[in-house]
Amino acid sequence: MTSNQVLSEIEYNVVGKRPLRPDGVDKVTGRARYGDDTNLTGMLRAKLLRSPHPHARIKSIDTSKAEAFPGVRAVVTAKDLPFAVLSKEELGGEYTALKFASDHMLASDKVLFKGHPVAAIAAVNAHVAESALALIEVDYEVLESVVDVREAMKDGAPLVHEDLRTNDMGETADKPSNIAMHMSYAMGDIEKGFAEADLVLEREYTTATVHQGYIEPHNTTAFWNSDGQLNIWTSTQGSFQVRGTVASVLRLPVSQVKVTPMEIGGGFGGKITAYLDAIAALLSKKAGAPVKALMTRTEVFEASGPAPASWMRVKIGVKNNGKMTAVETEIAMDAGAYPGSPAMQAIVCAFACYDVENGKVDGYDVVVNKPKTAAYRAPGSPQAAFAVESLIDEICGELKLDPIEFRLLNAAKEGTRRIEGLVARRIGLVECLEAARAHDHYKSKLSDNTGRGVACGYWPNRGFQSSVVMTVNFDGVVSLIMGSVDIGGTRASIAQQTAETLGIAYEDVKPTIVDTDSIGYTFITGGSRTSFATGLAAIDAAEDVKSQMISRAAKIWDTSEDDIEYVAGVVSHKSDEELKFSFKDLARQLATTGGTISGRSNVDPTGEGNGYAVHIVDVVVDADTGKTDVTRFTAIQDAGKAVHPSYVEGQMQGGAVQGIGWALNEEYFFDDTGKMMNPTFLDYRMPTSLDLPMIDTVIVEVANPGHPYGVRGVGEASIVPPMAAIGNAIHGATGNRMRSLPISPVRILEAGWENGKS
Amino acid sequence: MPGVTHVKTTLNDEPIDFLCEPRQSLLEVLRDVLGMTGTKEGCNDGNCGACTIILDGIIVDSCLVLGVEAEGKEITTIEGMASPEGLHPLQQSFLENAALQCGICTPGFLLAAKALLDAEPDADEGRIRHWLAGNLCRCTGYDKIIRAVLQVSTAK
Amino acid sequence: MEAFDFVSPISIEEAVKTLASHGDKARIMAGGTDMLVQMRAGRRTAPLVVDIKGIPELNVLSYDSAKGLTLGAAVPCYKIYQDKTVAAAYPGLIDAAYLIGGIQIQGRATIGGNICNAAPSGDAIPAVIALSGVCNIAGPNGTREMPCEEFCTAPGRNALENGEILVSISMPVPQANSGANYLRFIPRNEMDIAVAGVGVSVVLDGSGQNFVSARISLASVAPTPVFAKEAGDSLAGKPVSEEAVQQASELAQAASKPINDMRGTIRQRTHLIGVLTRRSLNKAIERARGG
Repeated sequence: MTSNQVLSEIEYNVVGKRPLRPDGVDKVTGRARYGDDTNLTGMLRAKLLRSPHPHARIKSIDTSKAEAFPGVRAVVTAKDLPFAVLSKEELGGEYTALKFASDHMLASDKVLFKGHPVAAIAAVNAHVAESALALIEVDYEVLESVVDVREAMKDGAPLVHEDLRTNDMGETADKPSNIAMHMSYAMGDIEKGFAEADLVLEREYTTATVHQGYIEPHNTTAFWNSDGQLNIWTSTQGSFQVRGTVASVLRLPVSQVKVTPMEIGGGFGGKITAYLDAIAALLSKKAGAPVKALMTRTEVFEASGPAPASWMRVKIGVKNNGKMTAVETEIAMDAGAYPGSPAMQAIVCAFACYDVENGKVDGYDVVVNKPKTAAYRAPGSPQAAFAVESLIDEICGELKLDPIEFRLLNAAKEGTRRIEGLVARRIGLVECLEAARAHDHYKSKLSDNTGRGVACGYWPNRGFQSSVVMTVNFDGVVSLIMGSVDIGGTRASIAQQTAETLGIAYEDVKPTIVDTDSIGYTFITGGSRTSFATGLAAIDAAEDVKSQMISRAAKIWDTSEDDIEYVAGVVSHKSDEELKFSFKDLARQLATTGGTISGRSNVDPTGEGNGYAVHIVDVVVDADTGKTDVTRFTAIQDAGKAVHPSYVEGQMQGGAVQGIGWALNEEYFFDDTGKMMNPTFLDYRMPTSLDLPMIDTVIVEVANPGHPYGVRGVGEASIVPPMAAIGNAIHGATGNRMRSLPISPVRILEAGWENGKS
Repeated sequence: MPGVTHVKTTLNDEPIDFLCEPRQSLLEVLRDVLGMTGTKEGCNDGNCGACTIILDGIIVDSCLVLGVEAEGKEITTIEGMASPEGLHPLQQSFLENAALQCGICTPGFLLAAKALLDAEPDADEGRIRHWLAGNLCRCTGYDKIIRAVLQVSTAK
Repeated sequence: MEAFDFVSPISIEEAVKTLASHGDKARIMAGGTDMLVQMRAGRRTAPLVVDIKGIPELNVLSYDSAKGLTLGAAVPCYKIYQDKTVAAAYPGLIDAAYLIGGIQIQGRATIGGNICNAAPSGDAIPAVIALSGVCNIAGPNGTREMPCEEFCTAPGRNALENGEILVSISMPVPQANSGANYLRFIPRNEMDIAVAGVGVSVVLDGSGQNFVSARISLASVAPTPVFAKEAGDSLAGKPVSEEAVQQASELAQAASKPINDMRGTIRQRTHLIGVLTRRSLNKAIERARGG
């Protein structure tokens, strides 16, 4: 019954196959070196002192006793950061951004969330450092905190930043507020649209703070060499991002910082922000030795970047036949302690699955006394989809319309104008919905106590910069050098695109991920961009290699390049059949005909990959306990072209299961002041293997016109539909409409008691 | 500084000695004292299974074992799973089935799965899911991990 | 973690002497799966850790059809459910041993440690109470016995006096036509702390149609595990029926005094005690009838 299908139209030689990943053997034998596996001579260990209060003013910090503790080699506080001695005048327009970045790492005047670092110690081992932390005396004046996003928006709420003023569509408000930004888009005539509707429904939804839940804690090792060069080895999604942040906060030229990305144990967006690197660097400078820092799991929960809690109001108008006439939403997202929630992405993604003429969306970026949120897989889109896709299910129920037919009737397609103005190129939502409708799962009968839910999801999959270099070795093997960190199989997918373009075997491409001194600027691995954008760079660099191989053959044959063609890995003379080199034959000639060949490419693709997903889920709800069991799950997604279908399926399954966790049990429990009560994997309940069925997949391939092989990017869209799909299924099973995440057992029981439907 | 204890144990079939403080976990000893970094730290409180090792034939979280408790015991870590002749069938199956993405949980899953199939070569999907519930994976949704173990199990 | 010294006594006498001389500076460690977590989080400190796994009496796992079960306090969970004789005689105990943590935790965690840790949510405790388990304690003044339901005195506190250790847990031979069960509710299917838990044992008459006696015990609904004596006693002498089970479940609910916390609400926990008591009784009845 379980299955993984690929609905493929075009076959390639290497792209679309399932070779073993190049880093696989190292990762199944324990030899792969992750950030915390770094061990340098004389290395010290760092521990951070963190605020016990969600909101407090730091009156004083006394580190003298800790400094005197045996085994302690260095202690730093915010006073050691360059920001402490830079004036507002010197910094000009940079002031606020630098203060936020600097204070986020080490608080200067106020602590803004429980777990906010206030000091750090480097010592001979982690136990000594930890013991010494207790000797640092911090005098706090505890302030009233604000935790809930809606409360924080009210007049008179405690101010997280006394001088933060709302940026309202470019205008700065005249009084301080926790609303950092208000953004808005509209199209068509919304009043007219709602007036034309036969049915208008309006509902409110909330979602809880959740964490990416990567298994590897944040870590870094820094060594500030006596020649002034700062070396950092870390687990990050973006080595250049770390370099940029560290250089900015420490006021160094970027070229003075070299970041070596180690293997990374999961990120999902959460390992973009550099939390520890600059602190370890400062400690290293003071101690004159390398310093390694590793967060505990509790620190990861309390002080890395979870995904925002949200409040949403959605209003949709439809004709009796199901045609949508107008849509409207207001989305408030909690940014945590500093501005920067994905409210913008949320309002852009909210209705991106639908072709509707009239709409208005408003987003609010709101600061609260919680850890600063970070990206989490399709940031902003899952919350918005939970609201919109739940309301659509409610509308389908009211109008007795099949949820897939409803979505097909309204689906975005080529030419659909999105609310922020972008007009879609060829996209695959319709094909995904058709695949869902045709799937055995959707056609199967439901047994008693079972509910079935459907939902769609969207993520733009943007490009950004990538740099690739490749060299041809004299044995015909191509060294592929890139700056994109491999978080789940992109060495393989980039090598496959390289091999396909060069017409050589996958095994003849050797990918290596290098430090920031050894390759050009490359944006993070995230946003479903790496196989797409770094893939584009690799294809372009391979084309560079091909043209140089042609030149070299022309030189050897003493003919014009125009007489030579390169087809499927063979360089041949167009009119003389005798003159022909395989890639390997020509590689062997390179040493004696002018030396090696290097291809290179730096790309910055514009446009979007446009990833769409449709999920179908069956659940059984135990009416007596409120417990939901997911009994069948099918994830359908347009990959454009699945470069390595196994890892595409893995992205679809992994995203779906993170979504299942988000839907059912994952949440930060805060006390009234904003202290997280459950900062362990025991009480932050991510799904275990026993909580899940197999996750069936259907890879739909509607080629992306912006990529030679049609690649769209696949990492994000899969986390967008599950929450609404599960909520809709739970409604099917219980008759109760759940509008707050997570839909935990107690909430299901309470809904039953309230509605008399338990 | 507290005193250190001399511990004699067997690690991946080789007798070894090490010195450690009583407060050092076996995980810390493996990684920091012995330089065996294949065993991973995920939570340091027994809730993720990334540090799973086999101790006298039983899987345990090495973060919840003290280094001094290793005296006289037999320890198997991920470094001891492959042989000079090649990968263990489970390692090969994990590769072929794309059962890892980031790979940080992989050593723990492999050792847990090995202990299961050593004891119950015919473990079925339900049994595998139950046995591996103490190992968290956040990347794969477990699907491909379960399939990889099933491929090596004799259960059909 | 703060530094500590570590000793592994090999006799009860040695352990008792060490504990008595160190007072509250010493802590006993069996599997360590609770204690090391608590020490690492700074919730417990102990300048001296006394590992009791090397003491022979604490490693005894024996079943005697005349005397019943002796379960050493240092026997890890996996050994209990792997012992076919014990598993057949005490399925209600196995339910709990099989639920504590994941497989890795079961390789270390002990029933004795679970009882001594005295968490309101300790899964083994209601199971042991339902099975009339007795704690065998050794100390400077010799040995003493205590019913398990009296052992936990407050969250994280037990009845052990200075210098005392829990040596083993004894359970009587299961009576004819008896059955036991432990059930808990957790949001996931593994690895969670019980939102509520219920351990029961029932003895039926030869016909299997009437209760002779029953014991019911509850987890996570009071500062300590609860022995809901009235709930169990209410079944004695009654025919096995939905009404009787329902009444017992209501008495179990009445015996619980839960709090609101992040793991559950008062109403949810009270409700779950009703559900779990009914389900657990029905399972125990099924087992008593040979099912």
